[in-house]
Amino acid sequence: MLKKRIIPTLLLRKGRMVKGVNFDNYRDTGDPVFASRVYNSQYVDELVFLDIDATNESRDTNAEIIEKVSKECFMPLTIGGGINSIQTIRKLLNSGADKVVINSAAYTQSDLIREGAKMFGSQCIVLGIDVKKEEGEYVLYKNSGRIKCNVSLIDHIQKMETLGAGEIFLNDISNDGKMNGYDHELIKLVNRSVNVPVVACGGAGNFKHLEDAYTETEVGALAMASIYHFGDNNPIRARAYLMNHQIDIKKV
Amino acid sequence: MIGILDYGMGNLKSVTNSLTFLGLESSVIDSVENFNGITHLIIPGVGAFPKAMSSIKDKGYFDPIKTFADSGKPLLGICLGMQLLADKGTEVAETEGLGLIPGTIELMKAEGYRIPHIGWNGINLKRDPGLFEGVKKSADVYFVHSYHFATKSEENIVAVTDYGNEFVSIVANEKGNVIGTQFHPEKSQKQGLRMLDNFSRMKAC
Repeated sequence: MLKKRIIPTLLLRKGRMVKGVNFDNYRDTGDPVFASRVYNSQYVDELVFLDIDATNESRDTNAEIIEKVSKECFMPLTIGGGINSIQTIRKLLNSGADKVVINSAAYTQSDLIREGAKMFGSQCIVLGIDVKKEEGEYVLYKNSGRIKCNVSLIDHIQKMETLGAGEIFLNDISNDGKMNGYDHELIKLVNRSVNVPVVACGGAGNFKHLEDAYTETEVGALAMASIYHFGDNNPIRARAYLMNHQIDIKKV
Repeated sequence: MIGILDYGMGNLKSVTNSLTFLGLESSVIDSVENFNGITHLIIPGVGAFPKAMSSIKDKGYFDPIKTFADSGKPLLGICLGMQLLADKGTEVAETEGLGLIPGTIELMKAEGYRIPHIGWNGINLKRDPGLFEGVKKSADVYFVHSYHFATKSEENIVAVTDYGNEFVSIVANEKGNVIGTQFHPEKSQKQGLRMLDNFSRMKAC
């Protein structure tokens, strides 16, 4: 059977890896290529790279990182940040990426999702969404959490699924970097609104949080960052913990 | 020399990188002449079936691939590359495939299961097509696809995988020199690299 995935997320800023809280107050957390190498040796299930300044700086996604990482890490690599054209998608796939995350551009150029899916297949077009909880409502944001979007969460993801998005990368701004656990309500909402796989990110602070999200929601993949950056934790220990708690994860 | 077919789609780089990492010599086939001197052929692929087939035909690869397969030299199709080995695809529009292994490419169907099938899953191996020496049979491998290789031809089914329903995860022709994996060995870490290494040592038959 398909296994639950554990996916470290690497946020990129000026060639370095960073991590913040609520999409703000970013701290340097090291060299992304070195980190990828370590994660690779720990048999993580996938790596997600998000170039968090690309859209705001109106530049192309940093493909260099994928070029470097794909030379030594033989696992699925996903990259996002600033993707707004078919050419950029092609460049990233040719650089060694397996999937691309399209977030901000999806709001204004939904054709990119459709064309991308037609050209490269749905399986490599991931819709990224950044969600903030405001007065009990889930609100979408774009441009790395800077601009509020006037479209409902469910309408947006269902529309993008219809256009061809093959996976959803859900980033929870409200829980980002807080290390207090995932928002199960949000994960369930997104998961039941679509039929494509969902990757949930935001809130993991300890291994129990991963176990809880896997037992209380049906999500197939969890992404995380702070848990590995700021603590004595690593993916090997996460795997061992989950395995001991009967979560079905990859056998290596 | 292992040739990697470049037909303008997909993760060529990942395959090239993995062979380089293994210390294997490979060359990218980007014109018909490049088929000369190739002992092993890999057809990688990400993307949609019709676009891939039209690209293969436009570049004049259709006949050279068939000739290569007929010669008994080892050929490995990965993911979409595996699907192209079939008689026809039904993704977007009905399209003729390479016709090297009997079968049709169909949309996956499994009640209550999400499509695409993305992630790590096991394989239930019926026989070793030549890729599994030193590979842990229980190891999970990486899949990312929405369509699957449907075939009634039992002898061509080498492995199946469970995703709600069983689907074919490895196929091979009768001769055994043409193999297709629905999963990505080049993305399946240590076990996958081992399969590629084994492929590189397969002999023509």
